[in-house]
Amino acid sequence: MTQFFNNAEEAIAGVLQDGMLLHAGGFGLCGIPENIITAIAKSGVKNLTVVSNNCGVDDFGLGILLKNGQIKKMISSYVGENKTFEKMYLDGTLELELNPQGTLAERIRAAGAGIPAFYTRTGVGTIVAEGKEIREFNGEKYIMEKALLADLAIIKGYRADKFGNVIYNKTARNFNPVMATAAKLTICEVEEIVETGELDPANIHTPAIYIHRLFKGKDYEKRIEKVTIRTREA
Amino acid sequence: MSWSVDEMCQIAAQMEIKDGQFINLGIGMPTNITNFIPKGINVSFQSENGMLGMGPFPYEGEENADLINAGKQTITELSQSSYFDSAASFAMIRGSHIDLTILGALEVSTTGDLANWAVPGKMIKGMGGAMDLVANIKRVVVLMTHNSKDGSPKLVDKCTLPLTGVGVVDRVITDIGVFDVDHDVIKLIKKADSVSFNEIVQRSSAKIVDAR
Repeated sequence: MTQFFNNAEEAIAGVLQDGMLLHAGGFGLCGIPENIITAIAKSGVKNLTVVSNNCGVDDFGLGILLKNGQIKKMISSYVGENKTFEKMYLDGTLELELNPQGTLAERIRAAGAGIPAFYTRTGVGTIVAEGKEIREFNGEKYIMEKALLADLAIIKGYRADKFGNVIYNKTARNFNPVMATAAKLTICEVEEIVETGELDPANIHTPAIYIHRLFKGKDYEKRIEKVTIRTREA
Repeated sequence: MSWSVDEMCQIAAQMEIKDGQFINLGIGMPTNITNFIPKGINVSFQSENGMLGMGPFPYEGEENADLINAGKQTITELSQSSYFDSAASFAMIRGSHIDLTILGALEVSTTGDLANWAVPGKMIKGMGGAMDLVANIKRVVVLMTHNSKDGSPKLVDKCTLPLTGVGVVDRVITDIGVFDVDHDVIKLIKKADSVSFNEIVQRSSAKIVDAR
């Protein structure tokens, strides 16, 4: 059963441990668990390994934990938007494991679905294949990639009902639903909690079984990384 | 004159884009191709962060932080759009359901190897979805300048930069020609009027044959 909390501090109480492996939902700054990240920053937990497609920007998102020196290692597909990251990586104070984005998503999905490993064409003949088992199927080469299970997943939904079912908004869905399935404990923050029955059962994105702890977040900044607009024709 | 970026995008749109296709465009130069889709052609663009049927940039004041493309730019939705999670998005890609990807490159080799994710002299930032796209999408087209800023060839005999994929490129469109990768040879199939075949050969280190 999903447990409900009043805020991020209460939701993370007793959960964090130094050296944990964390799944952090979001793509760039879109669909990131802002409140939980702030609470983790305040907690002072250290030596985290964080699985997230990106690592925020210098002063927002996971960039806050990075600046605090709380992250030991990132497992990501692209980390180009963050100067602190670059500096720490070059200093040797931060480890980085790069995964192709689809391989990263599938490693997480596999962990949640009880699949220990899978084969993919992605990365054959590149540095991604180094040290990994290669197997041929139907005359084509595939790399074996292993499932990636976390101690804790921190995710951001749009709406939840009082049972713990969650839906996401537009492209803020991204890695959140897969990460919710692939951790020993999943903590979710949402913008709104509605009565059970108000969400259409046919359109639940993450069923409550995956959501262990849930709370309504506050003061969402929802920063946009690159505002791009078109001009109205006169 | 060699072709401008707009002309390259126009050539790419005319030669590659067919009615009803599902297409993934790489970040940067290839995104301009959307401006040159011929009239009457209806295609859907996939954004690997979880959307099919990307719409244009929003009007000022209508940006939505929950609606971005893989380049983290604000976009809009269309009546035909659908959303899905990252695993489903890459299942769509890995399962070869996307018809075409057009993306940028640093080097393409005679055998269709592609290097486009690690920039020399700069910190490695990551491959994002590029390795997934090129390994699994039915048709891979590269859009790039023929030479790098220092004049060195980008159509090469063998890639020297970290690879994105091996034997994955089908066609290359540069500012001076259009080339098809055919096993161990690169075939020139169209060229800019201002350059000769010999000049194209001199500006490349890949083995090129004239197949016009």
